[in-house]
Amino acid sequence: MKKLIECERGEKVRVLKLHAKDELKQRLISFGLMKEAIVEVLEQAPAKQTIEVKVGKMRLALRAQEAELIAVEVL
Amino acid sequence: MEEKSCPVISKHIKVALVGQPNVGKSMLINSVSNAHLHVGNFSGVTVDKTEVLFDYKGYNFTVVDLPGTYAFTDYTIEERVTHDYLCAEEYDVIINVVDSTNLTKNLQLTAELLTMSKKVVIALNMSDEAQKEGIEINAEYMSELMGVPCVKVSAVTKEGIEKLIDTVLQKHQDKKVKPKLVFSEPVEEEIAQIVWYLDKHRFQSENSYRNIAINLLKNNKKTYEKLHDNPIWTELQPILIEASKHIELHHDSDDVKEAFAEEYASFNRGIVAEVLKQKVKQEKKTITEKIDSVLIHPLFGIPIFLFFMWSLFQLTFEVGAIPMDYIDAFFGWMGDTVGATISNEDIRSLVVDGIIAGVGAVVLFVPNIIILFIGIALLESTGYMSRVAFLLDGFFHKFGLHGQSFIPLVTGFGCSIPAYMSARILKNDRDRLLTLFIIGFMSCGARLPVYVLFAGAFFSPEMAGNILFIIYISGAMIGIIAAKVLKMTVFKGVDEPFVMEMPKYRLPSLKLIWHTVLTKTMMYLKKAGTFIAGASMLVWFLSNYPHNLALEAEYAQKIAVESSANEKQKLANQRSSELLEQSYLGSIGKFSEPLFAPLGFDWKMSVALQTGLAAKEVVVSTLGVLYSLGSDVTEGDNTLVGAISKNISFASAVAFIVVIMIYLPCLAASVVFTREAGGIRYFFYLLAFTSIVAYSLAFIAYNVTRILV
Repeated sequence: MKKLIECERGEKVRVLKLHAKDELKQRLISFGLMKEAIVEVLEQAPAKQTIEVKVGKMRLALRAQEAELIAVEVL
Repeated sequence: MEEKSCPVISKHIKVALVGQPNVGKSMLINSVSNAHLHVGNFSGVTVDKTEVLFDYKGYNFTVVDLPGTYAFTDYTIEERVTHDYLCAEEYDVIINVVDSTNLTKNLQLTAELLTMSKKVVIALNMSDEAQKEGIEINAEYMSELMGVPCVKVSAVTKEGIEKLIDTVLQKHQDKKVKPKLVFSEPVEEEIAQIVWYLDKHRFQSENSYRNIAINLLKNNKKTYEKLHDNPIWTELQPILIEASKHIELHHDSDDVKEAFAEEYASFNRGIVAEVLKQKVKQEKKTITEKIDSVLIHPLFGIPIFLFFMWSLFQLTFEVGAIPMDYIDAFFGWMGDTVGATISNEDIRSLVVDGIIAGVGAVVLFVPNIIILFIGIALLESTGYMSRVAFLLDGFFHKFGLHGQSFIPLVTGFGCSIPAYMSARILKNDRDRLLTLFIIGFMSCGARLPVYVLFAGAFFSPEMAGNILFIIYISGAMIGIIAAKVLKMTVFKGVDEPFVMEMPKYRLPSLKLIWHTVLTKTMMYLKKAGTFIAGASMLVWFLSNYPHNLALEAEYAQKIAVESSANEKQKLANQRSSELLEQSYLGSIGKFSEPLFAPLGFDWKMSVALQTGLAAKEVVVSTLGVLYSLGSDVTEGDNTLVGAISKNISFASAVAFIVVIMIYLPCLAASVVFTREAGGIRYFFYLLAFTSIVAYSLAFIAYNVTRILV
């Protein structure tokens, strides 16, 4: 188990748990970032401040602090 | 469908257009309205919904385009608008627009819509694009599985639009058909339990028992409120608590909303697996991902962005300058021609020096405005905007801003009004207020004329584009620094998370860009014709009255005595400028001159700044009126640019630009700001904040330039 922010470019992972609270959790879910979702890390901004991931067919930008709250396992 | 149906006897159908953001809803509404007719845009007090009216087969259709929403949450203001509308307003049918190329994600909202007991029609939009990607959707089978009609449409090729409207018509006449939304076994059991209970007590409701049960389990506030005062509540409550516990246990989560989202997702996966066939194997990397690997490259991303912005301002000046001479010449000719037909000296002066000079000064900049608007429209429609938000979030975050603040900020380069409104994408009120406060630092299109005028007056044409770029960038930088200061002092608090969809890159639709640019340009011209013309007349009046007959007579005598034509001209100019100083406007300018003297402004510039509080275009038209009336412009050099480079020192000009860059936008923008910020006190904060910053920075700029040059 690791955090989404720890994943490298090109890695594919499965979401295990969202540690986010309330509204942020709702937000992530409404974008399809929920348990069992398959996520691929596409791009990283300098110093991993922001990352771009792919969930299903959608690309999503996440700040490091948010990606920190998503527990994943590497596929 | 061409014939107008009588609004009295024909029947009305009100349709709510709902969908996630970026599914082509506005495109769809454009193809519908183009095929039929009139688009009415009512931006209400807090609402941003578009209404389209048209007639079809004897029916009066009203289509309400609601802001895009990912789910039924109240996360952003836009989502709240849509949610409230769907729950509280009267309408007949919902058209749920979904993106065929991203069905699973889009159906997440659909699933929520289906629990509302409203008539729903699903529009499978972008079917042409899906086809290109090798995606095939069996719409008939999908309709059957979901229990709601699904129609393939394409807003671009207009395919299926008519069928969609026919289906809406049909659905409207149908009795309600129960949508088939199936949950997992444990959830279905709990639903059945509650339905049974409601049935036992013959609970009166418009919504079906099943939907009430689902909404109760989902902790839907509105459903709770309805049931709370009912006598059955005391018995229902323990059943609900028990049911929620079961569901949470089943999903290994302490959040029933999360559990339901997972339920929806698995239902949707099931539907998609049944109806969607991907014929062509997708490439490892989509085109969008390939472009992204360049445009949001960790090293090159930001330089590429800066290059794009620089090019835009170069183009704005270089290409925009080409037709300027013609426009200038046209208004000069118009002034002479019209002036020649008017014999009354006062009226001639009002028309020529007031209206034509004022409006002409503003119309002169239409080419620049058009180019700037095209640039912003391109940025918005290609999908690049989100990439910049991605690139800049790290940087912005350090200054207490949010990556998505970039979107209202860049919109602010066009006009502050839509920028203030688009700040709604920021959910956190503190972040939103902070962004609202610094939007004004992004120089809007109306300030462009002032910059172009001054850059043209003091720099060679080759340099002017760069100067323009520098002005815009330094405005933005000052804004960001101001944000940091505000964040550390006034807007302290937790940061809003950054979670944002990166849309697919799209080739911009020419039609859409044309439409956007045309509307905005017409608005600018309309403003020039009405508001600016009125203001010019006012400025003209204030600068011509009261008449000082004694002074006029004195000069008339002097001129009559003088023999050389040169001297006569000189005296005439002297007379005009002395009369101007005697006028109302002169008095205002003289009165406020001491205030602006430390910045190196003469009274004309002071007046122009004050009239600029109404609208920035008025700054140019005021300068136009003031310098065409009372300056010693010589023959052959009677343009405003010439007058400015002659009468204003470089240091004063720099200080003037700094003030224009920073101080309050226009009257209209201030009204919108006050509304969006939520109180008149914020307006006074903004007024004080911008005035102080503008004055101090202009003071520094004036003195530094004076020492250096």
